[in-house]
Amino acid sequence: MRTLTYREAIREGLDEELTRDDNVVIMGEEVAQYNGAYKVTQGLWDKWGDKRIVDTPISEAGFIGMGIGASMLGVRPVMELMFWSFHSVAFDQLVNNAACVRYMSGGLINVPIVVRGPANGGTNVGATHSHIPEGLFAAFPGLKVCVPATPADAKGLIKAAIRDNDPVYFMENTLLYGNKGEVPDPEDGDFVIPLGKADIKREGTDISLIAHGRSVLQCLEAAEILKEEHGINAEVLDLRSIRPLDVDAILASVAKTHRVVLVDESKPFGGVSAMVSHLIQEHAFDELDAPIKRVCTIDAPAHYSPHIENEQLPNPKRIVEKVLTIA
Amino acid sequence: MSALDFASSPINQSLTAERKIELFTQMARIRRFEQAALKNYSAGKMGGFLHLYIGQESVAVGTISLGGEDDHFITAYRDHGHALAVGMGMNECMAEMYGKQTGCSKGKGGSMHFFAPDKNFWGGHGIVAGQTPLGLGLGYGLKYLNKEGCCLCYLGDGAVNQGAYHESLNLASLFGIPVVYIIENNGYSMGTSQKRSTAYTGCLAQRAEAYAIEWDVVDGSDIYEVRAKTNIAMERARKEHKPTVLEIDTYRYYGHSVADANHKKYRTPEEIQNYKDNHDPINVFRRKLLEEGVLTEEKADEIDNAAKTEAAESVKFAEESPNPTISDISTDVYWETDNDTEASKIGHHFFA
Repeated sequence: MRTLTYREAIREGLDEELTRDDNVVIMGEEVAQYNGAYKVTQGLWDKWGDKRIVDTPISEAGFIGMGIGASMLGVRPVMELMFWSFHSVAFDQLVNNAACVRYMSGGLINVPIVVRGPANGGTNVGATHSHIPEGLFAAFPGLKVCVPATPADAKGLIKAAIRDNDPVYFMENTLLYGNKGEVPDPEDGDFVIPLGKADIKREGTDISLIAHGRSVLQCLEAAEILKEEHGINAEVLDLRSIRPLDVDAILASVAKTHRVVLVDESKPFGGVSAMVSHLIQEHAFDELDAPIKRVCTIDAPAHYSPHIENEQLPNPKRIVEKVLTIA
Repeated sequence: MSALDFASSPINQSLTAERKIELFTQMARIRRFEQAALKNYSAGKMGGFLHLYIGQESVAVGTISLGGEDDHFITAYRDHGHALAVGMGMNECMAEMYGKQTGCSKGKGGSMHFFAPDKNFWGGHGIVAGQTPLGLGLGYGLKYLNKEGCCLCYLGDGAVNQGAYHESLNLASLFGIPVVYIIENNGYSMGTSQKRSTAYTGCLAQRAEAYAIEWDVVDGSDIYEVRAKTNIAMERARKEHKPTVLEIDTYRYYGHSVADANHKKYRTPEEIQNYKDNHDPINVFRRKLLEEGVLTEEKADEIDNAAKTEAAESVKFAEESPNPTISDISTDVYWETDNDTEASKIGHHFFA
C-alpha cells in the first residue's frame, strides 16, 4: 500500500471533500497563499482559488463565529486554528454558539462545521501554545471531538468530520505531521472512518493501554519494551474519537486483559482519561484485577525547557513504569 | 431634516395604506405582547430574565418590513420584537417564555433565545455581541451561495465595546460582506449610561470609519426614517456587498431586564414622560397615520384592542400547554442522533 505523511493524508481528505461538495470552504490564518502554517493546506489555494480557500486575519472569535453563522445557511466551513491553544480567544463562539444553538432553538438549526488544527505539547513553545483541550470540548454536549494518531485515521476521520451535520472539533499534532503511514489509494474507493469507532492498534492479553493521539504511539513503543524486557503482552486501544466514544471497545478490551493503564496527554484533573476511568469502574468493575492507573501530563502548565518537557508528557518510560505497578 | 421628508422618500411612498396599517398593527402587537409578558413574569409564572423591547418597536418593525426572500435577521437577547416582526406567532413565543413544549424552541431557549429559521430569523442570542460574528457569517453565506440578500444584525449600545463586534466589523469590510449592523441605542448598557461606558466622538456608529465602513444615525421614533435609512444600507449590502453600521436612537422604557430594580434610580420620571409624549414610536406613528388619514382613532383603538386580546389568548395558550418531559432533555443536542442516522449509532454520544 502507498504511504503518506499525516499532513498529506489530511490534505488529501480535505481535497477530496472540496471536490465532493461545493459548499465545503476552508478558512483560517495563512491557509491559502502561505500554504498553511504547518503546510497542511499546501497547494489547495493554487488548485481551488479564493472562494474555497480563504485566508483570514488573526481574528479567531470573528472568523470562527463567521463560519458558524455561514454553516447555519448550509455552507460547510472547515476552519483551521493555527494552534488549538488559540481556542480561548474564540471560546464564546466555539461553545455558546456552535455547541448550544441547536439546543436553544429546539432543533431548528444545525451547525455543520469542522474546526481543526494541532493540539499538543512537546515542541518547547511554552504553556500558551501547548494546550490539549479535547477533554474540555468533549465535556460540552452538542460538540464532537476526534484525535487521530495515524495518517490513515487522520484522512478517514477528517472526511467523516466534514460530512457530519454537527460541529466536529478535530485535533491534530504538530509532532505527527511528518509521520508516514499506509493510507488506502483513492482509486480503491472512498475511505471514510466513522466517528465513534476505536481501533485496536496492537492486540494483547495482559494489560490494556488505552490512549488517543500521539499517546497511542507512545503506548506502542512501551508495549514493545514491556514484551521484550518484562514478558508482558499489552493491548493498545486507540480511541480515535473522544465524543462520540466507543465505550463498547473500551469495555471489551478490559474484559480481555483485566488490567488498564490510561495514557492521556491532558492534565490529570477531569481529562478524557478521568471519564474513561469512570466508565470502566461503573461498567466493568468486576472485570478488574487491579486498580485503574493513568499516565497523564504532569500537573502543571506546559514547561518550556527542551531539557524537561518530554518528561512532563506521557512517554514510553513513564508508561512502562506505571504498567509495572499493576502487572 | 423634517419627518415629512422621510415619509416622502420612495421606499415609504411605495407603502399602501393597508401596509402602513400593518406596520402600526405589528408595533401595537409587540407592545401588547410584552405588557402581557411583564404582567405574568411579575406574577412569577416564568423563569429567567425578561428583557423588554417596549419603546423600541419601530426598529424591529421598520427594518424587518424591508426584508425580502434572501434577507436574514439576527439579534441579541432583547428579541421579542424581532420575533413578532418576522412573523412568529404570539402563542409560540409566549409558550417559550413559559417554558412549555409548544414554545418556539420547545421551552429549551426561553425569552432570550427565540428562533425561526423558516422566517430567516436566527435568534435570539444571550451573550452580548456574541451574535455579531454569526450575523457576519449569515452575510458570508449569502454571498457564498450567490444570493442577492443581506443580513441585518442587531446589537445594543452596550455591545459596541466587545471585541467580537470589532472583529466582525474588520472582517465585514475586508471581505465585502452584505451585513448591516444595527445598534439599537437605548442609552444604557444595563445600568451604566453611554457616557460612563463608552469612549467615543460624535456617536457610536462613527467608529465604523476606522474600518472604512459607511455609517448613519437614525431617529428611532420615526418609523419612516428607520425604513428610509435602513433601505439605503440594505441596498448597499445587496448590490455592492458592502457593510453599513446604523445607530438607531431609541429608548428603553423599563430596566435592562425586569429584574433590574434600580432602573427608576438612574433615570427621572420627567425623562420617561417626555419620551412617552414626544418620542414613543407607536404614539408618533399613530399621530402621523391619523394626520395622513390612513387611520382613525376608532380604527387605531380597535387594532390596539385586538392586539391586547391576542396577547391575552397567547397567555392562555401558554398556560394550558404541556410541560417538557424528562426525555425531551436529551433531544435537539445532535442533528445526527435526532435524525437517527447511521453515524448516530456508532459510539456513545451521551454519558451518565
